[in-house]
Amino acid sequence: MSLTRRKFVGTTVTSAAALAVLPNLSLAEGAGEAISAYTGGAATSDTGITLIAPEIAENGNTVQIEVSAPGAEEIIIFADGNPNPNVATFKFGPAAGSQAATTRIRLAGEQDVVAIAKMSDGTFAKAVSNVKVTIGGCGG
Amino acid sequence: MAENVTARVRAPREASAGEVVSVRTLISHPMESGMRRNGDGEVIPRSIINRFVCTLNDEVVVDITLEPSISTNPYLQFEAKVTESGTFNFTWYDDDGSVYEESSDISVS
Amino acid sequence: MNTKSKIATIAVALGMAASSSISHADEDADLVVNGEIEMVVRTAAPAHLEGAVSTIYSGWVFRSDETQAMQADDFDNPGMLFVEKGEQLFNTAMGADGQSCASCHQSSDLTNVRATYPQWDAEHSEVQTVEMQVRECQTEQMGMEEPWGINSGDMLDITAFIASIGRGQIVDVAIDGPAHETWELGREIYYTRFGQLELSCANCHEENYGNRIRADHLSQGQINGFPTYRLKNARLNGVQNRFRGCVRDTRAETYGIGSDEFVALELYVASRGNGLTVEGPSVRN
Repeated sequence: MSLTRRKFVGTTVTSAAALAVLPNLSLAEGAGEAISAYTGGAATSDTGITLIAPEIAENGNTVQIEVSAPGAEEIIIFADGNPNPNVATFKFGPAAGSQAATTRIRLAGEQDVVAIAKMSDGTFAKAVSNVKVTIGGCGG
Repeated sequence: MAENVTARVRAPREASAGEVVSVRTLISHPMESGMRRNGDGEVIPRSIINRFVCTLNDEVVVDITLEPSISTNPYLQFEAKVTESGTFNFTWYDDDGSVYEESSDISVS
Repeated sequence: MNTKSKIATIAVALGMAASSSISHADEDADLVVNGEIEMVVRTAAPAHLEGAVSTIYSGWVFRSDETQAMQADDFDNPGMLFVEKGEQLFNTAMGADGQSCASCHQSSDLTNVRATYPQWDAEHSEVQTVEMQVRECQTEQMGMEEPWGINSGDMLDITAFIASIGRGQIVDVAIDGPAHETWELGREIYYTRFGQLELSCANCHEENYGNRIRADHLSQGQINGFPTYRLKNARLNGVQNRFRGCVRDTRAETYGIGSDEFVALELYVASRGNGLTVEGPSVRN
């Protein structure tokens, strides 16, 4: 691709904006500890669970995500870059038609959304999806 | 109790035996995270819906724990397996102790 | 300074980028709400825009696939929660005379309201917005001492209800006759640069729609979708409050909600959307 001046301007501004939000990200402790607490440190499979999230969210206040893990007893969602990484825990009962759910979540900037399924045999499966959060035009 | 809470559910009225149906719920609620400050610099206390339960004929479909990272006006979509006619019950639990309930009947043909 | 370098200056000031590398809106998509209300999201511009723009686009066109989808189904559109509240208000007695809106109006008679307001009110010799009309009913017909604030929650709810029953109607506000003078004032405001950034409405929404302002996809600033549910603040937003936000972001002192200037601007901007369909409450970022 040829780098036009306009594109260059765009790239620079995007990078500057990314740098500007970094201090916020560093305040968050991340979801690592919460994930370890949930799994008891057990290994997680990367198959058996699907997480659908937008690649780019138009606003971090309302980001729709969908998660599915056939056969799971429950699915827990973390937002790795949020001040409190816990998002939701879905427990599926006997009348559930599938082990899948959709909800809308808040993301404080670009980050990984992590979904972990606790399967009925006691194993865990994990899916990660990176979501970029756009910064508004004028006021944010 | 959060002011003026409106809950909406959409579940089918009819299904065939054994059918898996989609259920959607939406409730108006600020989901105040407890992380924001007001104009005077004071932390606005957390006030969220922290749990949602859907049952079908008293059997659990989903039991969901919600955290402050859930958006304002929480939206939830999931699926239920319908084996016989009956009633969906939907219950939202507020931090302040309020409980909001809705129900929806379904008949199996 | 020629026009192009002016725009470039603005682009730098606001981080506006022509790059579409992160474009993810489907600009060719069509909007059918609930599988039944067919919206006009792009059409030929009204005659008065000749030489300015040839095609007008609903703000829906510029949003991401996910945001677009939220407006295509009333259950996915959180704005409809407030339409329900507005419908309850419509049927609630208020004021000294114990009347509700429904005492005089069948909601089915109000389907063309959103599409034709702001409009000239002969009795008061002024252009009125829907909000002004509601307030007039409240004080002159219903015996309320304190009508609802133009930007109050109740007003947003009831105007969302009024918009919702007019969804799919073609916007057609009158700009001739007695309203013309007000329309001219609105037009003048639209093209006037405001604030430390020296930006007019036209700089962004006429000259740069489709481009990026930082990471945001600039629309034509059409108001056929108001009141709109914004993902940003997760509530209904009124037109003039949106105007205020835009003017504030040029770093100017803004006109007030309900001011003559904003009423005129609302009439003018509404007329730029003559030919689009009423979408309120729409879903925007």
